[in-house]
Amino acid sequence: MLEISKLVKRYGRDEPVLKELDLKVEGSSVVSIVGASGAGKSTMLRCINRLVEPTSGSIKLNGNELVNLRGGELRRARRKIGMVFQGFNLIDRLTVMENVLAGRLGYVNLFQAITRRYPQSDIERAFSLMERVGIAHYANKRADELSGGERQRVGVVRALMQEPEILLADEPTASLDPRTSEQIMKLLQSLASELSLPVLINIHNVAQAKAYTERIVGLRHGRMIFDGLPADFDKEALDAIYGGIETAEDEITEEPGRSGREAAHDAP
Amino acid sequence: MVNHADTLADRVWQRYNRKERLIRYGVLLVTVMVVYWAVRDIDIFWPWVWDAPNQISSLGARMWPPDPSRLAAIVSALLETVHIATLATALTIFIALPVSYIAAQNTTPNRACLWLGRFILVASRSVNTIIWALLFVAIFGPGVLAGILAIMFRSIGFIGKLMGEAIEEIDRRPVEAMEATGASKAKVIAYAIVPQVMPAFFAIVILRWDINIRESTVLGLVGAGGIGVILQGAIDTFAWPTVATILIAIVVLVLIGEAVTGLLRRKVL
Amino acid sequence: MTPPDHAAPRTWRKPPFIANPLLRYGLWLVVIVYLVWAFGSLPFNWARISEGLPRAARIFGGGFPPSFERSGLLITGFKESFQIAILATLLGVALSIPFAVMAAKNVAPKPIYLLGRAVIIISRSFHPVIVAILFVAAVGFGPLAGILTLTIYSIGFVGKLLAEEIEEIDWGQVEAMKAAGAGYLATLIYAVFPQILPRQVGLSMYQLDSNLRASAVVGIVGAGGIGGTLMNAFGRYDYDFAFAILLTIIAVILVSEGISGWVRKKIW
Repeated sequence: MLEISKLVKRYGRDEPVLKELDLKVEGSSVVSIVGASGAGKSTMLRCINRLVEPTSGSIKLNGNELVNLRGGELRRARRKIGMVFQGFNLIDRLTVMENVLAGRLGYVNLFQAITRRYPQSDIERAFSLMERVGIAHYANKRADELSGGERQRVGVVRALMQEPEILLADEPTASLDPRTSEQIMKLLQSLASELSLPVLINIHNVAQAKAYTERIVGLRHGRMIFDGLPADFDKEALDAIYGGIETAEDEITEEPGRSGREAAHDAP
Repeated sequence: MVNHADTLADRVWQRYNRKERLIRYGVLLVTVMVVYWAVRDIDIFWPWVWDAPNQISSLGARMWPPDPSRLAAIVSALLETVHIATLATALTIFIALPVSYIAAQNTTPNRACLWLGRFILVASRSVNTIIWALLFVAIFGPGVLAGILAIMFRSIGFIGKLMGEAIEEIDRRPVEAMEATGASKAKVIAYAIVPQVMPAFFAIVILRWDINIRESTVLGLVGAGGIGVILQGAIDTFAWPTVATILIAIVVLVLIGEAVTGLLRRKVL
Repeated sequence: MTPPDHAAPRTWRKPPFIANPLLRYGLWLVVIVYLVWAFGSLPFNWARISEGLPRAARIFGGGFPPSFERSGLLITGFKESFQIAILATLLGVALSIPFAVMAAKNVAPKPIYLLGRAVIIISRSFHPVIVAILFVAAVGFGPLAGILTLTIYSIGFVGKLLAEEIEEIDWGQVEAMKAAGAGYLATLIYAVFPQILPRQVGLSMYQLDSNLRASAVVGIVGAGGIGGTLMNAFGRYDYDFAFAILLTIIAVILVSEGISGWVRKKIW
């Protein structure tokens, strides 16, 4: 269970990006977080695994407080939190297998990491996960030789290699074409239920959020202004979140599969 | 009138407005004055200048034909030169990499290390190889050790600075991904930084090796080993035909060095 | 292609950097043999080297604090270095233009091209110190040898880069000039030089900086400037004065590098 309470993040002396945010995620639900660019979605996700230092507040994962962890404790906490990135963040010059095994870096020692001598169980796990997402035959290919969708699959497998207790996905489909992004969303949805893993997905595409997740959280200016079922997410909620951008209407009527890019609609 | 002249000027010098033109004339004037000062003030006995072409051609004539009788000694001195350059380059790597790590903004552990790293790089780069050689010859006596150390001390700054820049230019995102897996600092370096800077590393080391070959040809002139020792000896004894052979040998060495680095670049990169 | 997923206990090893094992181990062997050979064949005078530490202590002890007492000598030396650098840059940059034209494949006839190329290659092969020692032998000690040396050095460096620049110019402008019936020289002046001028100015600034550094060095073999002063100080065991010169050289080089970089940024 993930419990965020009164989370504040302020960069320098600016207006806080997150203003006393509260969020509770229980069980193995897939939660999508929607909001305009700059609403604080990415910052919130990064506060959970402390890639961004929260200014104040509390984040508890299965009862353990994550804020204030230091050094080795923080690293041990991080390895239980998988993360999938918008730009995949693969290490291009290493092979797919090395990228996948990098998900075990929090578990193996430095010698094993440098010499790539991972335990047999890790290699088994890597192969079975890669087979699950259909990239096992690429094991010894360099990561930069893969297509976008394949690269994101590597990113997902890397995160799952950590044996996470929660999976964070920061706009996992924003760099992909519409069809591939559908596939990745489906994959995240089914992996969540197979592994009974709670998944938090930052997403721009409201249609996909409604189609593939069980709960939608809407952020605006660092505050939560919507929390409910996809079915309840109506035009009113959408306007509230995106501030009534004229063209936002298109989003809600859009069929899943067409990517809505509200960021591009900022211009009148 | 003035208006007309201005428009005309604008048409001729579209790229420059009046202020820019003034700056350009100012720069030109300063340049001319500096050159005038340099010519008038420099300590040169001008008749020698007019005689210089004669002197140079007569020196050239004395060198011809090259004398190959000491070729064996020259070749072994050339090998020594290559050894100095290669060993020094190889040893430099071990010092330059940690220095570049602490001198790169994004990887340095703290500000003190950053400034220490930068100081090492600047000190190393500002002192020419031959001046380093002068210092090491005074310390360790004439010989190849002084040469190797001189080349190393100059190369640390070169390789360290370029590697530091390469580290600063890496893609941050894989680093973030590795941190998110709970990897320690050393593991992040091994997985996210090393693979990214590898190509730059090879390119920089190959480039420096090529430069070091050239640099090590002159070490001997201050007694730090290599072909320069023989060259200095031949010049001191006015053995000009031998000097010519040595010069040709150096050109051949440098060309071979360039060919090898070209080959390495194609193979490795 | 057989997918690796059928082998029962799946193993994975990092694919080696060099695939061919013969080549891989052969390379290691070559490296080891080379190191043994190189270290074995180099004449180290261990007896003399072992005296190094006390000597270093004496040199650094004598060198600190650096003495600026004979600053008159220091200033004279630097003045001469500046003069050498300025005149050599002027001559070198001016002469590099005809040599660059000669060494550019697209504007020079074949025999001229080979001649130009040879001049540039030879002047680049020799370290300025070697050129300096020859000029000292030919025209005697003093700044004249320094100017001649650095002129050659500048021709080699600027000439090479300019020749490459000429080879990359927009050929359309040359054709336009030829079509207008312009002669060879007119074509050069109207179609080639304007295209390389910005580069030329930047290179000149760079070369001035570079010549100033080199002028500190060629003095060591008697070609005038601060290098001679430094060599004398070292020769007379005046280590405190020598260190004062060294520190000044470093300061001057840093300042000149800063100025040259600033000017080049302004121009480009």
